[in-house]
Order: sequence, then structure tokens, then C-alpha cells
Amino acid sequence: MYPGDYRYSKDHEWVKIDGAIGTIGITDYAQHELGDVVFVELPKVGARMKRGETFGSVESVKAVSDIFAPVSGEVTEINAALGDAPEKINQDPHGAAWLVRLKLADPQEASSLMDAQAYESYIAGKAQEQSA
Amino acid sequence: MSPKLTETEAPPAALRKAGLQVSQDEALIFERSASGKRGMELPPLDVPAVNAAGVLGDNFVRDGINGFPEVSEIEVIRHFTRLSRWNYAIDLGMYPLGSCTMKYNPRVNEYVARLEGLASAHPMQPAAVAQGCLRILYDLEKALLAITGMDAATLQPAAGAQGELTGLLMIRAYLASHGNPRQKVLIPDSAHGTNPASVVISGYQVQNIKSDSRGQIDTDHLREFVTEDVAALMVTNPSTLGVFERRIAEIADILHERGAFLYMDGANMNALAGIARPGDFGVDVMHLNLHKTFSTPHGGGGPGAGPVLCKKVLEPFLPVPIVIRKEGRFALDSNRPQSVGRVRAYCGNFGVLLRALAYTLAYGPGIRQATQDAVLNAIYIRKHLEEYFDLPYDLPSLHEVVFSDARQKRNGVNTMDIAKRLIDYGFHPYTTAFPLIVPGAMMIEPTESESKQECDSFIDAMRSIAQEAETNPEIVKTAPHHTRVGRLDEVAAARKPVLRWKP
Amino acid sequence: MRYLPKSPSERQEMLDAIGVRSIEELFETVPAKFRLREPLPLPRALSEPEIIEYFKARAMENAPGYTCFLGAGVYDHYRSVVTDAMVQRGEFLTSYTPYQAEISQGTLTAIFEFQTLMCQLTGQEVANASMYDGSTALTEAVLMAERLSGRHKVLIARSVHPEYRQVLGTYGRNLGLEIEEFGYTGSGQADANALGKEKLAQAAAVVVQSPNFFGVLENISELADLAHQGGALLVDTIAEAVSLGIVKPPSDADIVAMEGQSFGIAPSYGGPFVGVIASREKYVRQMPGRLAGQTTDANGHRGFVLTLATREQHIRREKATSNICTNEALFALVATVHLCLLGKEGLREMAEQNVAKAQFALSELEKIPGVRRAFTGPVFNEFVLEFPRSVKLINAQLMREKIIGPLAIGTHYPELTKRGLVCVTETMPRTEIDRLAAAVRRLLEVPL
Repeated sequence: MYPGDYRYSKDHEWVKIDGAIGTIGITDYAQHELGDVVFVELPKVGARMKRGETFGSVESVKAVSDIFAPVSGEVTEINAALGDAPEKINQDPHGAAWLVRLKLADPQEASSLMDAQAYESYIAGKAQEQSA
Repeated sequence: MSPKLTETEAPPAALRKAGLQVSQDEALIFERSASGKRGMELPPLDVPAVNAAGVLGDNFVRDGINGFPEVSEIEVIRHFTRLSRWNYAIDLGMYPLGSCTMKYNPRVNEYVARLEGLASAHPMQPAAVAQGCLRILYDLEKALLAITGMDAATLQPAAGAQGELTGLLMIRAYLASHGNPRQKVLIPDSAHGTNPASVVISGYQVQNIKSDSRGQIDTDHLREFVTEDVAALMVTNPSTLGVFERRIAEIADILHERGAFLYMDGANMNALAGIARPGDFGVDVMHLNLHKTFSTPHGGGGPGAGPVLCKKVLEPFLPVPIVIRKEGRFALDSNRPQSVGRVRAYCGNFGVLLRALAYTLAYGPGIRQATQDAVLNAIYIRKHLEEYFDLPYDLPSLHEVVFSDARQKRNGVNTMDIAKRLIDYGFHPYTTAFPLIVPGAMMIEPTESESKQECDSFIDAMRSIAQEAETNPEIVKTAPHHTRVGRLDEVAAARKPVLRWKP
Repeated sequence: MRYLPKSPSERQEMLDAIGVRSIEELFETVPAKFRLREPLPLPRALSEPEIIEYFKARAMENAPGYTCFLGAGVYDHYRSVVTDAMVQRGEFLTSYTPYQAEISQGTLTAIFEFQTLMCQLTGQEVANASMYDGSTALTEAVLMAERLSGRHKVLIARSVHPEYRQVLGTYGRNLGLEIEEFGYTGSGQADANALGKEKLAQAAAVVVQSPNFFGVLENISELADLAHQGGALLVDTIAEAVSLGIVKPPSDADIVAMEGQSFGIAPSYGGPFVGVIASREKYVRQMPGRLAGQTTDANGHRGFVLTLATREQHIRREKATSNICTNEALFALVATVHLCLLGKEGLREMAEQNVAKAQFALSELEKIPGVRRAFTGPVFNEFVLEFPRSVKLINAQLMREKIIGPLAIGTHYPELTKRGLVCVTETMPRTEIDRLAAAVRRLLEVPL
């Protein structure tokens, strides 16, 4: 379920590295917690993102979730399709509903993020916490 | 309006109090409109008519108002009468809404608000011919000061949130006049959303502080948080769990030691009026919600009024104008050099203030009994529902009680579902999902306006739903079943907002 | 007590069920030193007839039998009794905020109609479900412009209502808003030439009022062009909403902040009234206040819900567009019913009657030696007159004839002494206009 070649943050963002370019989105866990997505707020092309800082938000009817940058860089592309169809985030969070593409400030940064296996254990742990 | 529920759909044999909405469909007024109809006629002009374009200039005159309604008087009456029948209301039954204090709106208040000399008063008419209005303001202030144990008041703020802002501005002005306005205001994580929002608008930063394991302010650790940077702590007392902050005097002392202020959100005053006065337990400045404790009608969302009461030390900073009395005459005084300024035009929601005064005149010192009845109702309901619903914080509560949906959640039934099913039993839901420190919160406040029968009805309904959550969770999860419209698609409404009618 | 539905025996039953002996025990959680031992020192409880007597006495202490020529943001217009018949229905009066849509369709449908009417009147694309009043609507509109533009300078015309400007100042001072006032010309209109390129390039908003405090109509399209050239938004505030029955709607303004008191709401010594913010659809997520949106249920029935709630305090908390929670819903309903009654033709006729009455009053008063209009710009139902002596003195004498005369505007505009603001709506009988003119003429004939 969680693509093996992505890296994952504790705040439930994923990043896919292609050389010097990073593609960022939110995970299936995050979209499930949020419920039906109604709106996405994204930065402008050219904006600089710093790892750990918020760069936008995802809204459901009753909640807003800030999205935190898993890596640093400069925004080169944003996913305009989400403006008209925010539900893509619920339907295909790891693929068609990518949020931004970045020119990475430091391609090594991603290595300190979790891999798919570590992330899956992490969210399994969270699920246990909640039902306790 | 008695319902005819079929056997298969009816709620269980326990007391039924359903109010079925009339299922008649009613179009929007624009959809009933047709050219040439009018609902109101004016007396003819007794001065010469003029050509507007000639007087104002062509470029200032509009063509017409496209799509504006054209209907007759009877169509207006029928339209709004039909719409009204789709609403629940206090006049129909209980609203167990925690934190809202939905009590009876006395009708004499409506009558006196409409008296000719009061309804027609212009806010700028000279004080000599406004003595009646000014005395109403003065008498209300006196009553509110007596009830809260504070020293001075402003009746200007239009609602609780604006009262919060006003109190924070006053604190800021005081601290600034002493050289340093400071930067932060402490907000418990159980606070109402207006609290942090008001802090930001007053120019301060919010610092959230976690409640302790019993849902109270963590007084043991409070000293660490009250640095020289902190201007105030905003407390709600009783808390949003309905529990009195037992260490409130200590909390006030800690703040005062560091030159900070204690602000009290007075939303829960219905547990204290006539029993205890915030001025006595260390509060420096607070607001009241007249549309809560003081019975002014909610009217579908407002108006309200949020008077601010303060201790002497903050009096110079009150908004202008203030009401003064000199040699038996009343006047408005704007000559207050340290005032924070005006927070709205004119002197406040006078019509609301007037209704609140009528309420206090009706009770006098007997307001204590209203408070006692409110607390009696809440504890009675708590006692009867404790076995059925999870009580996350078990300290003794006053006028409201907060359960959680933890037990029902095991069958996939959450607080929103239970709330919607309550509608089928003829009640408005309780407050769902607040305060934030209780996941799946169910906040119940029955007010003194509820009879024993109404409370018993409510208890029976809640018990019945708890049972349904065990034996037939689907019926709860898909509620309500007996309303004109079912659960509405809020997702579509937010994704593609349609916020007006178009021809 | 008539508002408390419990008999003494029922109270006892409930205490027994809880397991306590007295009600006092229920308050033990309040520390003893704070529990009041005596009843509050309030006057004794009054019966309903006594309450009515108290307020009737207060009403008589106001201005019974006086004729009032005041406007200045609060206007006396005809109000139908049908409005009260609707608004006094318990289902509207005593209902709560419509968070539970299934049992609040009455309120939500009416809000949707209100929002629509406000758009139709102002020529804007979306309108909210109400703010507290015109002054706070203006303030929130300016904050909205600040968020949208990312700029912090505000250029506001002095011809905007003084109390509205004061409120903006109270809020703006603590939020880093740089508020700069600019003047007016001999026409009584905002001085567009005072808006230099440099200032506009830094401004979040240019703020005007139309009709302005002097009663004069502003050139909204021109001002909008000017503002837009500098990258600023134009905020137009409207205190006399009936003007929209005849005056061109401010569709070129980016945000309209209106006071709806003129739509069937009594002057009531200053409140409650109803503010509204109307703007472009693309700005809706930065708009404060509640919004009712159309949707359907699972069976396809049309219904209405509060929507875009993530802008608001109960969800967004410190990041909300505003701290507003309780608004003026009942008075938005008053305005809605009133406008439905008046309708397209009725509102236009009312507006035209205002223009006619004001023109008549103006011409009669200008016939008085020494009295002339202060500004040349077009007026709706208010105008400023210049008098040969202090307006306060004139008013003191008019009061003896039970006339509340022009508002002396010298206190708010030190450069405009001996000027008074006169308001004449459709409700002012010609005989009273004649009486005012005769009284002013008479007292001016007597040397000081």
C-alpha cells in the first residue's frame, strides 16, 4: 500500500526523490483521518520551503490540517488539478494527488525520513494508541 | 403537529416527544416572484415628485434590481410561516446544548423592546431627550456589577467574542501605559474557539496550556508559564467541562504576582449568578453573554451582547462612551483620554441590553433560584446517564456535564450519530465535539427552563439511544429518520459552494 | 417564579434521586469563602405589569412627540407590521444557530435568501450571513483586504462616518495597520487627487462610504479604477442601504461593507442592527462570518447548510478570519422579510420618495437668508447646510419647539463649524419640514 520507493515523515507526508527533484504529497493514513477533502491550500511556484515548516493546508468539512515540508527546497510545480477536484486526495493520495514538486535544497535530507516499512509500523502503533 | 409514525419507524415505547416537521415543500421567495406584485404600499408623496436621474445625475442611477422578489403580502406571510415550521426552537422543547444556555426567552422582554419611545430612539438624540435610554443602560450596569462583583462596566460589545476582544484591549492598554504591553495570552486547551481568535485580533500571541488529568487548569505548573511576557490568562469558570476551577484564587494570585491579569469568559455564568461572584475570586476583567445567562433570544444565531465588567484598575481604559450620572441626570461621557477607543458605532446593542434588564428586573435577588434549578437539572441528568455513557472527567460538575462516545464507539456509533438520533426523539442535539480535550464529546446543559418531565424525557431518549447503539447501531448511524430532509451533503456544499440563488 | 417550571415537590424528588439533602450541597464544589451567604442586593422581583410600567416610564423620558431630523448612520423608514408577525414566531425568535441543519431549514433558507438579496442590491457575487453592524463590517472588510493583498496601509476618506473610522482605529492600532486619512473636496466627495501613486502602491485598501457621512454620493467606479491601478482594493461602506433602491450598485468595489438597519429595523438607540460583507466569489475564503450554502440530502431534496466553516473560529481558532461567533441573524431575517414585502418596485419607490423629500427640504431651507448647502455633490436623503450661527444654539431653540434639529458636525470636523447634517426620509411629513423651515427662519431673524 505504501510505495517502497517513497520516504515518509511523522506528520504523514511522503516524498518521492528523482535526482534533484522531490514530489510531495500526504499519505493514505492522513487522507483517511481527515475524511472527505474539500479544499487544498498550496504555496506559489517559486516559494521556498523549509523542512518542518508548514507550506499549506488540507481541509475537510470540519477540520483543517497543516501540511509540513518533509524536505527543503524551491517549489517548481503545484498540482493545479486539485483546485477543481480536491477529492483526488482521498482517491489517489500517493499518485495523482501529489501536491508540489520541489527543486531539492539537499537531496540527502530525505534519507533521515522513514522508509515504507518503518512508516507502516509507525501508523500501526498509532492505531493501537487510539483504540487503547 | 403530532406525528403519525409507522410502527416500524417509531422510536421505542419509551416517551415519544417527536415533532415532525411539516413535509410541505416551500420554494425560495425568488421562485414565487412574478412581475407586478407588491407586498407593501407607501403613502403617496406630499411633496413634489422629482426625477431621480435629473437630481442625482444619470451615472448615479441604477437600472433596476435584477431578480429582486415581487410577491404579495400573503405570499410573504405564508412563505416565512412555512419556513418557520421547519425549525426547532426553545418554545418547542429543550436544547441541551452545552455552553449555549438555551433558556426561555420571556415575552415581556419582546413587548417592552417595542415600546414606541424606546424603539424609535435615535442614538444621537440629545441626552436631554434620551434620559429613558440612558437610565436603562445605567440600571443594567448596576445589576450586572452586583451579580459579578466587579467595579465598572461597558455595554458596548455586540457579542461575547467582541467582549473578549474589548477586555484584552483594556489589559493591553493598561500594560502599555506601564511601559510594556507584553506579548502572550495563555489559553487552556479546553477554551471556546473565540478565545484564541480574539487574542490574535488584540495583537497578542496565543500560548496554549494543557489541562491537567482532571480537566482543570494545571495550577502546579502554571508558574512556569506565567513569564514576564504573559499579559493574561483567559479562563472559563466553571470550565467548559462544567466544573468549577477549585484553585481559581491561587491561579489569580500567580498571575497577579507577575503583573498579569485574569480574564474570565463568562459564558458559564448560569452556574454562578446569585451563588458566587467572579470579582470575589480574583477575576480582573470578564464578559457576560446576555444571549446566554440573561435570556435574550438567540434568533437563529444572534443578536447578542457581550458587556465587559472590570476592576477599578482597568476602568480608565473602558471603551467610550460610558454612561455617567451627574446630579440625577444621565449622560454619555467620551472624555476619557486612556480609553481603548470605540469598539462599535453608537453605544451597543441597546435592544438586547433592554431585554436583559427586563430579565434581571423579573428575578431580582431570586436569580439565585434560577441558578440552583439549572444546576439541579444538570446533576440530575448526569446521575441518570452515568451508567450509559462514558464520563471522561469525573469531578463534580455544576450546570453542564460532558460525556464522551467512547462506549458507543465500540459499535461504530459516534457523538454526531447519537446527536442526530436525538432529533428523532424530538430534541435538539447537545453540543458535539467540544471541548477539544474530550474526543467524541457530548456536552449537555439543560438550563433552569426545563421541567422535571422534560429532563426525564431527555434521559429516557438518551438511554434508549444507548441501547440502540448496542442492539441496532445502524438506526443511529443513519439518523435522523423523521425530518423533512436527511443528513445533507456538507462535502459538496464546501467543494462547490452555491451561496446565492440565481435566476 | 413564573419562568421556573418546577414545583417544590419536584425539586425534592430530584434531590432525592441525586442523593443529596439540599440544593446547597450541589454547590459544595465552589469554595465556601466564595459562596454568597446573602441574596444579591438587587431590587425586589417585579411582576409583568410592573416591568411594563418601568419601561413605559423610561419611554416617556425620551422624546415623546418630538420630530427628529437626524440620520448620520441610523435612519427612520416605514416598517410593516408583517415583519414582526414573522420575526416574533417562536420558531424564528427562539431558535439556535443552525449548526444542526436538519432541524434548522427555516433559518438556513432565510439566510440563503438574505445572502441573495444582499448580492442583488450591491452588485457583488457573494454576501455573508451578517456581521454586528456597519462599523464592524467595515473594519472586518479592511482586515480582509489586508489578508488578500498582503499590504498593511489603509487609505480612508474623512467623509466616512466618524464612528466607523474610530472603530477601525481601535482594531487597527494593535494589528499593525497603518491608517491614513485623506480629505474631501468642495463637492463633499472623497478627494481622489489626494491619493498619490506611491501611497496606492503600498495600500491594501482605499476606503470610502457612499452616500457618505455628508450625504453625498461617491464616484465608486472612478475610485475603484484608481485603487486597482495601484494594486489596492476598493472597500465601499454603505450606511443608508435604502439608497440602493435608486443608486447604482457598487459592483466595481472589491468589498462592500453595509449596514442594513434601514431595511425594517427600528433605530432602537443604536442597536441591534445588521452588518453585511459582500464581495467577489474568488475572495470568499477570506470572508469572515457565516455562510449558508445550497446542497442536497441522500434523496436529492434541496436543503441548506452552513458551509466553508473552516474559515471560522470554532474550527480555525487562532488562525480564523475573524473571532465572530454570534452575529445578527434575527435582524438579517427582519431585513429579509422587509425587502420581500417592499419588493423591486416598492424599494425603488421608497428610495425615490427619499430623494423627493430631501430635495424639497433642501430647497425650503435654502430659501432662509444665511442658510445654504455646504457641498455641491449629489445627495440621497441627507445633506449638510451651512448656517450663519452655531448649530448648537439653533438646536437649543428648536428643542423648545419639540424639534430635534440638524446634527452639528463641527465636533467631528473642526473645519466645519456652523454646519449641520439634516436627514429627511419618506416618513417625514411635509408639514414637519415646513415647520422646521419656519422655526429656523424665525429664530435666525432674532439677533444673537
